[in-house]
Amino acid sequence: MSERLIRILSDALPQLLEKFVTMTIPLTVLSFLLALVISVAVAMIQYADVKGLRLLCRGYIWIIRCTPLLVQLYLVFYGLPSLGIVLDAFPTAVLVFGVNEGAYMAETMRGALEAVPAGQMEAGYCAGLSYWSIMGHVVLPQAFRTAFPGLSNSLISMVKGTSLASVITVTEMFRQAVVINGRVYESLALYTEVALIYLVFCSLLTLLQRWGEKKLNVYGGVR
Amino acid sequence: MLQVKDVYKSFEGKGQEVLRGVSLHVNKGDVTAILGPSGSGKTTLLRCINFLERADSGTMIFDGQTYDMHRVPKDQIRRIRKKTAFVFQNYNLFLNQTVLNNVTLGLTSGRKVPREEAETRAMQALRRVGMAEKAAAYPGSLSGGQQQRVSIARAIAAEPELIYFDEPTSALDPELIGEVLSVMRELAQDGMTMLVVTHEMEFARHVSSQVVFMEQGVVVESGPSEAFFEAPKTERSRAFIRSILGQHEIR
Repeated sequence: MSERLIRILSDALPQLLEKFVTMTIPLTVLSFLLALVISVAVAMIQYADVKGLRLLCRGYIWIIRCTPLLVQLYLVFYGLPSLGIVLDAFPTAVLVFGVNEGAYMAETMRGALEAVPAGQMEAGYCAGLSYWSIMGHVVLPQAFRTAFPGLSNSLISMVKGTSLASVITVTEMFRQAVVINGRVYESLALYTEVALIYLVFCSLLTLLQRWGEKKLNVYGGVR
Repeated sequence: MLQVKDVYKSFEGKGQEVLRGVSLHVNKGDVTAILGPSGSGKTTLLRCINFLERADSGTMIFDGQTYDMHRVPKDQIRRIRKKTAFVFQNYNLFLNQTVLNNVTLGLTSGRKVPREEAETRAMQALRRVGMAEKAAAYPGSLSGGQQQRVSIARAIAAEPELIYFDEPTSALDPELIGEVLSVMRELAQDGMTMLVVTHEMEFARHVSSQVVFMEQGVVVESGPSEAFFEAPKTERSRAFIRSILGQHEIR
């Protein structure tokens, strides 16, 4: 590797990491939290079979899952202003990523809730517990453990997915790489560097997932 | 203490009535065994009595109050359930909670008993079923017989007026049935009111005080256990007792 290339990459690294820490991670965390709230609510509404709302939830999942994320980003950022709704780039990204991933995670959560044996709910009722107390102490904790690998998938996928925010002018790590590359024209080396940063961070998340699964496994196999 | 009258229940799609006008009467201290071939509606009856299924019609008198079993509102159901307990065929212990929490949850969360008192009562109940040393274990690490004993502890810790048992030994390996039955026998001797759906003829004959024999959704015969086994009144009861006792001798 030439000295010039080494210098370019080592100059780029702190800039890339800075954007990773100040933009990519906050964008991921906020979007994921939003998605988590949406998914739990949407899954619980379907689980409890709340008439009317249930249909609304199915409609939400249908529309979000059957249109491209990129198109959703463009619609909100470039389309909505013509209706008088103008949002900044960062909040737009959080909103779109959160609402988008929320639909997938809602299905993960619904599957996990439905996998909790029906007898758990019945036993709760017979023990004199209220619906919410059964959900809180028994059903949701069990469902969360079942959903955990799927939710980890969503989180890891979201870390990388935030690079799409570059198309609506959010300068996260990938866009920063594009900007640097505009000066130095070293696409192969720079984008490899970016890819490696994603790889390292997502590998850490993978380890975190494995640790989390062990933690959640205290009570043995689901029967 | 508990009386149900003319309970009807059919399930959508099956097109057949599972319960066709069932009535029964339980007095305080009674141990009532509900017997009958599979498909006779025993379990459905028990589930309707505790509102896990909604009866199509029927009347319940519990603690002097009369309820329309089809229309009881949820808050009344919960009030009735707090005075009763239910032991399931497949235990249904809360899988993510320790043995101790399985017993305390209905007290702390369902009945607002302070944590400390709940734990004392739970440990008492666990000692009674011989499961105190497993208080910190999770249900998944226990044998079926142990799980069922914990579920009985969960039932008695709530100090209910009446405990329902839905085939409590049917899911157990033969060598584990004895430990559960002996716990139930002790409960009966202590005067607990019990309504038990069972296939255990020894229990029905020697522990229960009265028998309700069901077939095809109706009560064929009911009365004191001794009379039922010594001198069954109907041909159907006679045939049933013969077939079950015959199986026992072979085993």
